[in-house]
Amino acid sequence: MNPWQFVIAAYAVCLGGTALLLLWAWQSMRSAEAQADSLKRRP
Amino acid sequence: MHGYANPARFLKFARPATGWFLGLGLLLLAAGIAGGLFVTPPDYLQGETVRILYIHVPAAWLGMAGWAGIAFASLAQIVWRHPLSAVAGRAVAPAGAAFAAICLATGSIWGRPTWGTWWEWDGRLTSMLILFFLYLGYIALASAERERGGDGRMAALFGLVGAINLPIIHYSVLWWRTLHQGQSISITSGSTIAPELLWPLPLTLAGFSLLFGAAVLMRMRADLALTKVEARLRRSSGQ
Repeated sequence: MNPWQFVIAAYAVCLGGTALLLLWAWQSMRSAEAQADSLKRRP
Repeated sequence: MHGYANPARFLKFARPATGWFLGLGLLLLAAGIAGGLFVTPPDYLQGETVRILYIHVPAAWLGMAGWAGIAFASLAQIVWRHPLSAVAGRAVAPAGAAFAAICLATGSIWGRPTWGTWWEWDGRLTSMLILFFLYLGYIALASAERERGGDGRMAALFGLVGAINLPIIHYSVLWWRTLHQGQSISITSGSTIAPELLWPLPLTLAGFSLLFGAAVLMRMRADLALTKVEARLRRSSGQ
């Protein structure tokens, strides 16, 4: 059993999961704030 | 805390803080991971797999800290009726759930070469899995309440009751001595880990915590913007 395979798998899961969380949070914030701004500009 | 009860005042802090949290978090995380993967020596017993510690411990800490945050927000909602507490609770829950899941996954990957098994119904593992399910329940309840226009009181009660699981997770390694090792780091009695192995851990801990904070701020900003959109749409449809 090569221990590095387990180390790489754990880091991939952790960093991938964190990146997904941040991307989802960023995307939802951008879209909600853009929606609010466009409504504010509407007469 | 009450100073930020006003959403406009909170946003004045949250807008610049989001970028700072993200930037500083990524920097600290990169330094901690580089140190943990390439600089520290392998452990004399665990060998190279000890490197999983630098991501597993922060994930466990944030999984638990997330629920402590939900419990605090719930208390603030029930006792002080803080207007941002329900927003904060809803924002913390997905981040906490993600880190609880990461903790379970990385622990399982570490367990295979170390214990010879991916999973065991051990006290610590089981109570952490329960925490993950509590997060899912809280997310479902809080979003259902928000959609129905509720004040989030039910979710707040759930958040407070669910906090019972936190001391169970913490003391599980003392109450049920099965597979998971006992506490290696304590605020009162220090650490049993050698300093040459320990130093990247505070860096990854701080890095992940800042990224967690950034995710929470972004979700709170999204929630507040959506509330504004909904209010405006309601007003315009009422005219």
